[in-house]
Amino acid sequence: MSEVASSTPPLDERSLELRRLVVRALDGGKRGHIGSSLSLIEILRVLYDDVLRFDPARPDWPERDRCILSKGHGCIALYALLADKGFFPPAELDRFCHVDAILGGHPERGKAPGIEASTGALGHGLSIGAGMALAARMQKRSSKVFVITGDGEINEGSVWEAALATGKHKLANLTVVVDYNKLQSAGTTREIQDLEPLADKWTSFGFQVREVDGHDVDALRTCFKNLPFDGAKPSAVIAHTIKGKGVSFAESDAAWHHKSRLSDDVIAELYAAIGGRDA
Amino acid sequence: MRKTCVNMVYALAKRDPRIVFIGSDLSPGLLDDMKAEMPDRHYMEGVMEANVIGMAAGMAMDGYMPFVNTIATFITRRCYEQVALDLCLHNLPVRLIGNGGGLVYAPLGPTHLAIEDMAIMRALPNMTVTAVADADEMVRLMEASLDWPHPIYMRLAKGGDPIVSDAARGFEIGKAIPMRETGASDGVLIVATGVMTNRALAAADMLEADGIACEVLHVHTVKPLDHEAILRMAARARLVVIAEEHTIVGGLGSAVTDVLVENPLTPMPAIRRLGIPDRFAVNYGVQDDLLEIYGLQPAQIARSIVDNLK
Repeated sequence: MSEVASSTPPLDERSLELRRLVVRALDGGKRGHIGSSLSLIEILRVLYDDVLRFDPARPDWPERDRCILSKGHGCIALYALLADKGFFPPAELDRFCHVDAILGGHPERGKAPGIEASTGALGHGLSIGAGMALAARMQKRSSKVFVITGDGEINEGSVWEAALATGKHKLANLTVVVDYNKLQSAGTTREIQDLEPLADKWTSFGFQVREVDGHDVDALRTCFKNLPFDGAKPSAVIAHTIKGKGVSFAESDAAWHHKSRLSDDVIAELYAAIGGRDA
Repeated sequence: MRKTCVNMVYALAKRDPRIVFIGSDLSPGLLDDMKAEMPDRHYMEGVMEANVIGMAAGMAMDGYMPFVNTIATFITRRCYEQVALDLCLHNLPVRLIGNGGGLVYAPLGPTHLAIEDMAIMRALPNMTVTAVADADEMVRLMEASLDWPHPIYMRLAKGGDPIVSDAARGFEIGKAIPMRETGASDGVLIVATGVMTNRALAAADMLEADGIACEVLHVHTVKPLDHEAILRMAARARLVVIAEEHTIVGGLGSAVTDVLVENPLTPMPAIRRLGIPDRFAVNYGVQDDLLEIYGLQPAQIARSIVDNLK
């Protein structure tokens, strides 16, 4: 397994600002999947800042690229990016999980603009993405499809059914990104259900694979700019990440996978860990 | 019925660019003509129901109307979460064509008997559940499906089933069809779906010969259920019998009973549900053998009605 995450540069102001939006939603709902969202931020940031083609004013624009957060429990990170890009006002983050909110504990297509698929049950996104990639091919659209999975998520057999099909159809317009933070809910992925050799698995299913430090913005940018890695294959990006990245006391701690009944004190500690509420 | 159904997929695909066929691991050569004419809209994906449903959902999100075909047990049980979330939660126009509904695969044993398919499909919000009576009616369902924006589960029968439907009676998804109306008060109403409708009609003939007035309501759409037709015909019956090739748990019998209990009639007719008992099959043979074991052949239905009228 590559140790590409060992020399990660420090988080810059944009990464911290996006994390502040995550904490804003955590404060709004007094709950949320903290670690699972924080490992995703740089992946989503680079996709939405530098890679994806989209128009917040026309979330159903047919020519857009599709980004499916298959690990739906990491949705607060996606909400932060969608709010930042203007799909909906950031004030919606304050209503996270409220009874009449558009932003729930898992993302729902049709509830909030910019959500491509309702996910939350694991192992669904890659199949849906494959269907979208095939639709783009049939409609001769140049749209690209990105599917972001968790590492615990790919314990699901349905992911590997989808991987077989994606490889069979040589969906070069599809990229799967594995948020490989090495921790699932119950413990380390190595201990609970070891995924290694992970790159070999994707390769053997017909993907062209690259591994990248999932918190190194420049490295992610370079990686995604080179898509597809092989014009005749789907691409897989194994993003080595740190669960809870950016909040020192939550990093790589399975206890921070999800928290509920978050107190004002904990929210204040979270803000403090990322440079303050109004930095 | 199955041949008619898949041929209709091709026929509809010729005039509607939304139509896509997705099979799992079906008969060699199935829809080869479609594959030759429109290769990018014919998919044979192998034994991976969960993925096939998700893929169909992704296509439907981008404007397609996929018809997914495999054995009824596998398209309902195996990928239930994908059907519930990818199709029903997103409320997408994907059609699930389930081969061998009910007891069709009798010789293959309980792994292949789709005896609870309608119950589990009808429990899902946004799902439409259909079981047409014969191949002619299948054509009408397929035509009607083009304008139906929700997911549909289509239970298929064995094939070669007697044609009892009639185009003159019309066809509308969600609208039950009175197949036999005597107008008599204090008679019997049999409510049936799928190929049980032909057996209900045969039973009604037998009862008529014995001087018992019997009407038959064919419910090709088990969900959404035609409450109006059920209540209208039940209002003049003293006995309502629901006959289904399905477990008595949660199928048409349960659905009709719910309607009658929630809309009490005066006088309230007696209700009897004829179906498959709540246990796995222990016999093989053929479909008709199992229907006989479960008391679902015409003479048995007629006898049960006579017994219930005593």
